[in-house]
Amino acid sequence: MFKKLSLRRRQQLWAYAFILIPLFFFLAIRIGPTLFALNVSVREWNILSPEKPFVGLANFERIWQDFQNPKSVVRRAFQNTFSYVIIGVPTQLVLALAIALMLDRITRLVSLFRAIYFIPFVTSTVAISWVWRWMYQPRFGPINLLLSFLGLPEQNFLRDPDQALLSIVAVAIWQGLGFAIIIFLAGLKQIPQMYYEAARIDGANRWQLLRRVTLPLLNPTIVYLVVLQSIRFLRMFTQVITMTRQGDGGPLNSTVTVVLHMYREGFGRYKMGSAAALMVVLFLIIMMITLAQMRLLTRRVEY
Amino acid sequence: MAVSVEQKTHGSRYGIGQRRSEAIVKAICYFFLILGGITMVVPFIWMIATSFKPASEIYMGNFFPKAASLDNYREVILKTLFPRWYLNSFICATLSTLSVVFFDSLVGYTLAKYDFPGKNVIFVLILGTLMVPTEMLVIPWYIMSVDLHWADTYWGIIFPGVITGGGIFLMRQFMSGVPNDLIDAARIDGVSEFGLYWRVALPLVKPALAALAIFNFLGNWNAYIWPLIVSSAREMLTLPVGLAYFSGEASTDWHLIMTANTLSVVPLLAVFVIFQRQIIEGIALTGLKG
Repeated sequence: MFKKLSLRRRQQLWAYAFILIPLFFFLAIRIGPTLFALNVSVREWNILSPEKPFVGLANFERIWQDFQNPKSVVRRAFQNTFSYVIIGVPTQLVLALAIALMLDRITRLVSLFRAIYFIPFVTSTVAISWVWRWMYQPRFGPINLLLSFLGLPEQNFLRDPDQALLSIVAVAIWQGLGFAIIIFLAGLKQIPQMYYEAARIDGANRWQLLRRVTLPLLNPTIVYLVVLQSIRFLRMFTQVITMTRQGDGGPLNSTVTVVLHMYREGFGRYKMGSAAALMVVLFLIIMMITLAQMRLLTRRVEY
Repeated sequence: MAVSVEQKTHGSRYGIGQRRSEAIVKAICYFFLILGGITMVVPFIWMIATSFKPASEIYMGNFFPKAASLDNYREVILKTLFPRWYLNSFICATLSTLSVVFFDSLVGYTLAKYDFPGKNVIFVLILGTLMVPTEMLVIPWYIMSVDLHWADTYWGIIFPGVITGGGIFLMRQFMSGVPNDLIDAARIDGVSEFGLYWRVALPLVKPALAALAIFNFLGNWNAYIWPLIVSSAREMLTLPVGLAYFSGEASTDWHLIMTANTLSVVPLLAVFVIFQRQIIEGIALTGLKG
């Protein structure tokens, strides 16, 4: 009895020894800083000045005030960020689903296509953004060369306030496509073939098979991807800072995002307080989306 | 050959008319897949082609170089800090991956195979950190790094990612699959507790470990926002951050950027081509579980 207990105790001690460093890491590098960020967000925190006075919710109030002014950068940042999500997520998922369905149907070269579509995803976003920035160049960029070759009018793309956001979101869609395709393919593989056979015997055509069998059974995969990609687009930063000329989300703030604005506030103007407040808002948005996903998934996963 | 495959899969179930329409559908699929595939590859070909062009050809509009040369490579490697940035990225990605592989698997193993008070709290705590976006944490991390003089050091670049919640979650899943009997038998044979992890459990989850290592290396090699913030000394930049230095106020050296890009992207593409199957299957596996 005593020996068994001591064995158990000894194993527990080993377990604590194994997780001691990681636990300290999570407290010091993840959990502590999360609370610290909340603390910064309720202060006027200029990194250059020794005083960091507590200001309550003033940083949040200022964000709210700016948000109500349609011309402010904050307003543009939130508007643009939601535009990236609203345009990016559905377009990416529809394209990825279409490609996944096509890959599911063909018999040859499947793994080659899979690999090709996946290449942009493993490449660094910075590298890709530089390449696309060059592709979008007026006059000498390959896309405009192609357009003029086809006799179409040249476009300004990144230099046109009306086109810049679309040009950037297209690159983000392009880069993340491969990931969504792989997830869809895995989801499609999990649908039992007998459902299709049963539906075919009932005389369902291709469109009905897609609407009544594939899409409902793919629902958990779709919810998962919508959430994941929404969060990814909400955090847009690298593409915008690399593809806009001064890295400022231009022209005329037409591409600036919440994270880019945070970066410029916090690390350009050293206003850490308002930068932190901005990120707390983003964090709350991401948390709401994640919680909504959990509810949707637990409700709809049974058939 | 094509006909026999067709017959094997569909011949028995479809009539001739349906078989023909099936063939048409497939042809349409191939058409669009090839079209999309070209879109995926052309930017990379353009990047590589540009890297061989002399500066004078940059604005000429030819797709492939007329007078291909290695001058750009010579300039990027010999006259810029690019090799240093390359080394920095390599060191940071390697160190962080070694640490992640060791600690994530050790914690995953502990959470899967031991019972101890507080286990569930710790697990939930670790999972909870996954919800906090990096972009919020860069602010406290930066303030910390300035206070502790971690800025412009390798540790400063890698410390946020030396242990990862996602990796722990993944390893816990796979460690749960290691049979308890095996561990108990080894324990009775006198294997130490650390030996049980190191010599019994770890070899059994090698594929998952490899996937974790590859993703982590890629993630660190490509990481941007944190290295951008924490490193300001030019010789301490990582590759993605350093690339911006080829673009000055007045002009952008596109031929040098594309060369540096090619050098930074091609090794990764080689790794991807070699481990293509494992990487894609790893994504499918972990992506669905996460």
